[in-house]
Amino acid sequence: MTTAAPDHAPKYAQVSLPDRIGKAMPLLLVPLLVVLGFLSIGSPSSWLTLTVSGLAMGMMIFIMASGLTLVFGLMDVINFGHGAFISVGAYVGISVLLGLESWTGVPSLLLNVAAVIAAVIAAMCVTGALGWGFERVIVRPVYGAHLKQILVTVGGLIVIEQMIHVIWGPDEIYLTRPEMLKGAVTFAGAAIEKYRLLAVVFGLALFVAMRLVLKRTKIGLIVRAGVQNGEMVEALGYRLRLVFIGVFIAGSALAGLGGVMWGLYQEVITAGMGEEMMILVFIVVIIGGLGSVEGAFIGALLVGLLQNYVAFLEPKLALISNIALMTAILMWRPQGMMPVVKAK
Amino acid sequence: MSDPILELSGVHTGIAQYHILQGVDLVVPRGGVTMLLGRNGVGKTTTLRTIIGHWQAKSGSLRFDGADITTLPTPARARAGIGFVPEDMGIFSDLTVEENMILAAASGPLDQARLEWIFAAFPPLRTFWRSEAGNLSGGQKQMLSIARAMAEERALYLIDEPTKGLAPAIISTMAGALRDLKNKGASILLVEQNFAVAKALGDTAAVMDDGRIVWAGRMAELAGDAALQERLMGLSMEAH
Repeated sequence: MTTAAPDHAPKYAQVSLPDRIGKAMPLLLVPLLVVLGFLSIGSPSSWLTLTVSGLAMGMMIFIMASGLTLVFGLMDVINFGHGAFISVGAYVGISVLLGLESWTGVPSLLLNVAAVIAAVIAAMCVTGALGWGFERVIVRPVYGAHLKQILVTVGGLIVIEQMIHVIWGPDEIYLTRPEMLKGAVTFAGAAIEKYRLLAVVFGLALFVAMRLVLKRTKIGLIVRAGVQNGEMVEALGYRLRLVFIGVFIAGSALAGLGGVMWGLYQEVITAGMGEEMMILVFIVVIIGGLGSVEGAFIGALLVGLLQNYVAFLEPKLALISNIALMTAILMWRPQGMMPVVKAK
Repeated sequence: MSDPILELSGVHTGIAQYHILQGVDLVVPRGGVTMLLGRNGVGKTTTLRTIIGHWQAKSGSLRFDGADITTLPTPARARAGIGFVPEDMGIFSDLTVEENMILAAASGPLDQARLEWIFAAFPPLRTFWRSEAGNLSGGQKQMLSIARAMAEERALYLIDEPTKGLAPAIISTMAGALRDLKNKGASILLVEQNFAVAKALGDTAAVMDDGRIVWAGRMAELAGDAALQERLMGLSMEAH
């Protein structure tokens, strides 16, 4: 979206070189980690397998985290209930897939993809609607009160988890991926799971689409501006509350989508899976910088890659690797890598 | 003072436990510049923020262009025709100058003729059109802040200390732009500490103290009466 802009270019840069390098540093962290991983692992095939696995994991975490960071940035809302949308999305999507076994159980790419798309649409619709209700009933009364937000959204999370137990039963549900998404392809001596490749491609496509919406549309401009200074956006005449509801619904639907993808990745779902993922999701949102979709993307890739590399190199350290990553990044940049929210 | 664009009657505004505005009565005439003056901390910024709706009046009434806007939310007030330039400029630093301006045109695409008028008033905005607003200098940010309010025709502009901390050359540019806006028939309620600017631009003035308007009249009358300035604000503006 551009206007008939003047043809003048800036006459001089007002940003110093160190400033530019400093700003670009977070972008260099992912390639740096990949190179460090290669040097540490030694075996190119193992490194390739782990890298694709880490990227796939990172993409799925990004899908779950992107909505949460915008929700926080736009309205200063800390939503611990976000994990519930991940679980509900997984249960709805997997239920659809289990109901379409005649499509998923045959080696037909068309039918398999159609089943996954149906599962994703169902999950996103249900979690989007659930997010709308969650915002109206649980979040709206506690705008501006962080402690209350934490308490009521955790409460909402627990209620929804219990509802999952009521509807789907207390036991975990095991599933198998559609036929064409099973197995691996071999590349350069490395076995790479087909589903992980799909997750990487899908995550990248989603990131590009989100960036296009945020950068090239007016609603995207309003969201980006609202994250920085909501008061000023309202003073220009935009009803930020409506935009926020839209973002909340979209964020919830994306969490649902992430839930379906994570369920297919793990091949088992539980009511508590969203709650467990929220630790990683919050780490990603915090290290990325509150309100930053780009920061969440980089943060998610770092988390996914690091967890996979460390689990291979030193399994006992895998559990603390992401906390260590968060600590290191916050010591380097206390506001996160690419903070958008300055102060509210 | 007939046909005012804005009328505040007995407006009280509180922030947390602080009772800032304590019955503000203010009339802003249609067309021209009304200066809102007073020492620091007397409630000038709070008055502007109450008018745009960032802080809601606890009691009293606000009428804009004949309509009661007391309970309207901020976006509705803006769409009714009130433009706001806050003291901190409120620019979106991660957005480009172009994106800031596109957002400022809330009702549709940017009007090219109006944009050319803005570029004529603030040439650096043309130069840095595609630069991130956060990389602009302080003066350029202030230009963008005012330009954003000018992006669409507004019946009333609320502008809070636009020359604060700026170099004299930039102040002159600001004053020129505001004069241009005034000459186009806009109504401006301007908070300003720079007396030279206030004297040059102001048609009428209102002086605040302790959350109330304590004097209102012609700017020329206030500017020409050092004793009145001393009594109202504890200083002579000519000394500034």
